[in-house]
Amino acid sequence: MGDVLPLVKGTLDVLVLKALAWTPLHGFEITTWLEARSGGAIGVQDSAMYQALHRLEARGYVVGEWGVTANNQRARYYRLTKAGQAHLAAETAQWVRYAETVTGILTSAPGPA
Amino acid sequence: MRSPDIRPGVRRLFRLALQRPERAGAEMDDEIRLHLALRTEQLIRQGLSPAAARAEAERRFGSLDEARHRLHDSASRREHRMRTLERLDGLRHDLRIALRRIRRAPGFTAFAVLITGLGVAATTAVFSVMSPLMLRPLPFPEPERLVWIASSSGGGLSAVTSRTSNLRDYRERARSFQALTGYYAFFEYESYNLVGAGAPERLVGVGVAQDFLDVLGVRPLLGRNFVREEGVWGGRPAVILTHGFWVRRFGGDPAIVGRSITLNNVPTEVVGVLPPSFDFASTFVPASRVDFLRPFPISDETDRWGNTLAIVGRLKPGATVESAQAELDAINAQLQAADPARWGLSAVVTGLQDHIAGRFRPAMLVLAAAAVLVLAVACANLSNLLLARGQQRAQEMAVRSALGASRRRLLGQLLVESLLLAAGGGVVGVLLAVGITRWVASTNAVSIPLLRSVSVDGGALAFTLAVTLLTGLVVGLVPALQVSRGDEAATLRDVGRSTSEGRRRTSVREVLVVWEVALACVLLVGGGLLLRSFVRVLDVDLGFQPAGAVAWQLNPGRDFADDTAQIAFYDALTARVAALPGVDAVGLTDTPPLGRNRAWSIQAKGAVYERNETPVAFPRLVDSRYLQTMRIPLLEGRYFTPDDDAGSRRVMILNQTAAERLFPGEEPIDRTVLIGDGEWQVVGVVGDVRHQSLEEGAGLEMYLPYSQQPDFNALVMVVRSRLPVETLAASVGAALRAADPSMPAADYQTLDAVVDRAISPRRFILIILGAFAGTALLLAALGIYAVLSYSVSQRRREIGIRMALGESAASVQRRVVRRTVLLAVVGVALGAVLSFAASRLLQSLLYGVGSTDAPTFVGTAAVLLLVSTLAGYLPARRASRVAPVHALRAE
Repeated sequence: MGDVLPLVKGTLDVLVLKALAWTPLHGFEITTWLEARSGGAIGVQDSAMYQALHRLEARGYVVGEWGVTANNQRARYYRLTKAGQAHLAAETAQWVRYAETVTGILTSAPGPA
Repeated sequence: MRSPDIRPGVRRLFRLALQRPERAGAEMDDEIRLHLALRTEQLIRQGLSPAAARAEAERRFGSLDEARHRLHDSASRREHRMRTLERLDGLRHDLRIALRRIRRAPGFTAFAVLITGLGVAATTAVFSVMSPLMLRPLPFPEPERLVWIASSSGGGLSAVTSRTSNLRDYRERARSFQALTGYYAFFEYESYNLVGAGAPERLVGVGVAQDFLDVLGVRPLLGRNFVREEGVWGGRPAVILTHGFWVRRFGGDPAIVGRSITLNNVPTEVVGVLPPSFDFASTFVPASRVDFLRPFPISDETDRWGNTLAIVGRLKPGATVESAQAELDAINAQLQAADPARWGLSAVVTGLQDHIAGRFRPAMLVLAAAAVLVLAVACANLSNLLLARGQQRAQEMAVRSALGASRRRLLGQLLVESLLLAAGGGVVGVLLAVGITRWVASTNAVSIPLLRSVSVDGGALAFTLAVTLLTGLVVGLVPALQVSRGDEAATLRDVGRSTSEGRRRTSVREVLVVWEVALACVLLVGGGLLLRSFVRVLDVDLGFQPAGAVAWQLNPGRDFADDTAQIAFYDALTARVAALPGVDAVGLTDTPPLGRNRAWSIQAKGAVYERNETPVAFPRLVDSRYLQTMRIPLLEGRYFTPDDDAGSRRVMILNQTAAERLFPGEEPIDRTVLIGDGEWQVVGVVGDVRHQSLEEGAGLEMYLPYSQQPDFNALVMVVRSRLPVETLAASVGAALRAADPSMPAADYQTLDAVVDRAISPRRFILIILGAFAGTALLLAALGIYAVLSYSVSQRRREIGIRMALGESAASVQRRVVRRTVLLAVVGVALGAVLSFAASRLLQSLLYGVGSTDAPTFVGTAAVLLLVSTLAGYLPARRASRVAPVHALRAE
């Protein structure tokens, strides 16, 4: 993992929500989903992701329930709530606007406005 | 592999989110274990050895112990937060349900809110009235260091006040005080005519030592305090206006400071205005009026006037009332030893707050106790109503309980409802209390100190909030425990069959009613005792006849050439007024009853008195018609005549008490009395007059012709007439203006009003306690009515059967009424015992009535029994009208 991006504060929560947007997942599934999507470019410790889950659950964005994996192992599955979906949509929109603005500024030709 | 898809709301309903912290931790461990296992598997699939894979998995997870610890923490935080949310959610739910129930029963709600409102209003208002007097410190900086120094603990202003030389010497010698100051306590003898800028007006000004405001720590709102040149004998005339007078007369114009106003023909500079927070009259002399402060010199000249000064001191830090008292005692002994002829050396130190509030403490405590009783009755009543309602919802509760709702949850819901009702009552109560306190603060007729600063303040609101919460809990608890008692099976079995209600519940309600009656009884006994005292006080033989007499404050705006001219002026004035149509009699005095007083030492000529045993009498300077005008009866000798003037032999009339004291068992007429060195011949003896207060017997009094002792500043003219006061006031006013255009003509008061002011604190307390007792009686009656009519409606079936079997309507009625009377009798008996114990508290407020006054107790019992029977009669009649067929068919 030579080229790892440091994570902007607060982004992990949104990424976890995004991971759950399609279907409920358990913790390790979320980790692998994030690794696959980022190509390993986002480096966080696995435990940090569980902390993010706790935060999200406390705020009512996700709900954790015990279920059974395909291999018959007991696992805690996290599911996005309505409030979580709304939060994800809002955060995504904001992130996109922010990124576009910053990108626009950084890539424009230097000179007086 | 899908988790069970249960919506969060449903989970909440089944209380799934509630986990214990240790369980949250164990689950977290499970999650970590699974994560590591899966990661290891993944890495092994990628080609690592099992051991290396495990190590890499742990590395990626983060330092295992620390991470585990962190995750446990965050998991338990999550649980905590979810639990809080869930509780809030539950509360919101309970609130919604309670609000819905409250909306559905507007009548009940209004009634409950009103009942609680009455209780809360009573307690809040009493708290607010007590607060400035007993709870709040006096409105001065470091008030606990302020003390009042009286000359002795006896009655009368002369006994409270000291000579100015005492103040001078204490200032020099006493080390316990940071400062000592005082005010001229006989200020009501003086009066000041303000002329110019509007109608002439008689003003009341208090002379204060130059540093008076500094010692109290009062800063003028505008301008400055008095300076040295103003505080000496014959100093530059200056006044500081009270805030109320400044606003009333000068419309709050700040430009008045530095200007000159004309008082008694003397141009006087207004040097300052007092802040609204310092109301001199309300603090030191309640129910009187003070328009300005003026400097009062502490000098040899004023010392000759005798005991005139009310002394106030500020203790040094560390000094106490006791240490100050000890020091002053020692100083007095030294001064006495140095000058054996000096008189008036005594000092009694009390805290200023004690001095001001002390004598009202018993009354305030009684009011507080009464307010608490009213609140208790209101609570019992509301509890009772909720119990009756609880009956109706017992079934609902049983169903919910059977479906798994916890008892705590059901109880909480019931409490939320009673708390809501109490909160409504709290709002109503505060509004009522604000109205009451506004009235109390605005009234000038009650001579209780600091009333004007009464308001519902932050402290009172906090108190109300506490009372309201407590009310809600207390009121809700009994019914809630009853309803959620359990035994769902029995309740459910009863569905659709109204059997006689459970014994237990009935008995709880009856116990509540008995207590209501008992507490109402205590309040009624208290009110009754006060009422009888009040009547006794009103029945007191005043010694004069107030009815039909009006008193004018006279203050001519002129200087007289000499005493003869002054007396001639007044004689002419009274003659003019006496000649008015409808005027029966006119008299003059310097000291009307129930107002100011001063005292002089006197002796029977030839008698020898022990030191400090010299009789002290209240002098009244009067004209030749005053005693007749007041209808003070002559017992011996003669009244004064116009011939008793400055040129003739000096004569005096004693009151009965003085005659008996000076000449025990002897004939007083024609005997000689010494006032100082002057000899006065006794020409008559008149009846005693209640001069200080209605409750106190007369002291020694002597009447002197004002022409022979013209030692007065202002006079009071008493006019006796059968004309209406307004008519009389118009014609007398015209006569006064004709005699002297600068004389204020509208400064009059009926003697009835004077008497009224004297009984005002008593009446104030009587009115409040009476209102409380009335409220309690009403609530108790409502309670009885509610319990009986409910039990009648519950027993329609039983009554129907009885009547079908031949019981007569009259007999049914009798049975219900008998129950009522039984409840009332038990309540009255309990109440009588309580009252007996409580009436001791009242002892100091009673006059002419024992605290175990039999007529009061019997009367109260009769009233309660009568009202209870009436309250029970309506349900009884309803019961007897039950038609058996309807009652049976109703099932």
